[in-house]
Amino acid sequence: MNIIKAQPKSITTDSTKYCPGCGHGIILRLIGEVVDELGIRERMILTAPVGCAVVIYDYMFCDVVECAHGRAPAVGTAIKRVHPDKFILIYQGDGDLAAIGTAEIIHAANRGENMSVIFVNNATYGMTGGQMAPTTLIGQKTTTSPSGRTIKGMGKPIRVCELLATLEETKYLERTSVNSVRNINKTKAAIRKVFQNQLNGIGFSLVEILSMCPVGWKLPPTEAVQFIEEQMLSYFPLGVYKDTE
Amino acid sequence: MKGNEAVGEAAIKAGCLCYFAYPITPQTETPEYLAKRMEEENLIFLQAESEVAAINMVFGASAAGVRVMTSSSSPGISLKQEGISYIAGGELPCVIINVVRGGPGLGNIEAAQGDYFQSTRGGGHGDYRCIVLTPNCVQECYDMVMNAFDLADYYRVPVIIQSDGIIGQLVEPFDMHPYKPIFEKFPPKNWALTGCAGRKPNVVRTLYLNPPNGLEMHNRKLEERYKKIHSELRWSETYNCDDAEIVVVAYGATSRIAKSAIKQHNSNGVKVGLFRPKTLWPWPDVELVEIARKNKGVKFLVIEMSMGQMLEDVLLSLMDVVPKKDILFYGMGGGWNPTPDGVYEKISEITKK
Repeated sequence: MNIIKAQPKSITTDSTKYCPGCGHGIILRLIGEVVDELGIRERMILTAPVGCAVVIYDYMFCDVVECAHGRAPAVGTAIKRVHPDKFILIYQGDGDLAAIGTAEIIHAANRGENMSVIFVNNATYGMTGGQMAPTTLIGQKTTTSPSGRTIKGMGKPIRVCELLATLEETKYLERTSVNSVRNINKTKAAIRKVFQNQLNGIGFSLVEILSMCPVGWKLPPTEAVQFIEEQMLSYFPLGVYKDTE
Repeated sequence: MKGNEAVGEAAIKAGCLCYFAYPITPQTETPEYLAKRMEEENLIFLQAESEVAAINMVFGASAAGVRVMTSSSSPGISLKQEGISYIAGGELPCVIINVVRGGPGLGNIEAAQGDYFQSTRGGGHGDYRCIVLTPNCVQECYDMVMNAFDLADYYRVPVIIQSDGIIGQLVEPFDMHPYKPIFEKFPPKNWALTGCAGRKPNVVRTLYLNPPNGLEMHNRKLEERYKKIHSELRWSETYNCDDAEIVVVAYGATSRIAKSAIKQHNSNGVKVGLFRPKTLWPWPDVELVEIARKNKGVKFLVIEMSMGQMLEDVLLSLMDVVPKKDILFYGMGGGWNPTPDGVYEKISEITKK
């Protein structure tokens, strides 16, 4: 049997604790491929978020710091200042980055920290069991918005790329998705771009990835893929929001 | 030079590579001093967006393997508690300066000692301790910051310098001597995050799932370390305690005020002494008990700029050797200091009984 694509060398495991149909596993695989291709595993320091990816050190074969909820951009800022020659990857979910850690991401972006950020947007709090996130869609039912999110009282979902694009020191912002092979390939290219920017000293670069959370959304994996296509893409349009190169 | 500035200079001399700041009275002289000095020395100074961010930057820099410090005053230290808990759990060394002001809430900007519980009982969530050093003069602000970096690296724990609004603002001459480490050897920082070239990956973490072997083992390890620190590091100072009938227990600015009153009483032939803890944690319980055992019938007067926090440690450590009625308290809780006259009167009241 011919191996068409082997497991990336920077990934340590062939099984994760992610639920079936979850997008985190796909994103992990893409990170591993890009890290291998760029040959940066041994100079990489990864920040683990609070959320489903908290034990990412069990999957990635590199130095990892596990951060308090939302604080990774502050932690990463300090590590990058101490080790400017190292590659710092910030990995955050939507509760982490767009709710509790809003101040940290905005100020790291505003300072133009030369870091690469992967922002996984699955419109819910996955690890705690599907509560309303700042990115939860209007009308979307969660355990803490059981009748569906309403604009009145809960506000509209935060569009992180559009928000950060207003800060002049952000250098590259793109929103992608992992709900189809085509989009997965585009996501890999975006991750590569965001990594390459840090290596080239360009500055703050972020990719927001729309990702499936079938368990949190209470949908079968196949329908979760459709949920992104039919519900999320119209509110969170894919594309490049900032490219200052 | 002010106490708050001496803190900054000591940090630079002790090899502090990073300092993360946020302005708050009465400690702002430290970030202002270090903003200038760290630029001159080509070190890392960053004014963070919040106290929360600042302490998480401390967490990051410490995880990256370098000496790092932050400073604040009471309300800001409250905000840092989340980060301090993670730093303790992650076994990371760092130095945190608290120039204590009045509380609760915004309180006021005067000197206070109401953060004793917060410093010595953890402050953040979980079962951890920080070493707490408390200076009472500018010289000690300078010396203790250097000591703090050594202790943090040696034991892998966060070290708090608990100063106060008086000591921080105080200007007095001191010896700005070069840095001399208090330990001959330090454990290697082979846990630091530097990229895993030529070694297995390092992970700095505080999450330990899979009970009982995960977190229980981790907490047992920390407990052993805290016991070791308690056995090796109880710092205190006595003044005229040898044949004292009354021993005043006070730290920081309060200890200086108390000493003035004690000297006045001594000149009148009254046998009063001073016991001054220099480490608030570990609390110098053995040393205090020794005084109680040697001086039969001695009474203790605890003086604090709080409504009675260190008092609890005095009561706990003396419970088997001194009747509770012989442990008295004089405190001011509103972010204002007792006067030498006030302390003198309190001591007189005890001698008259």
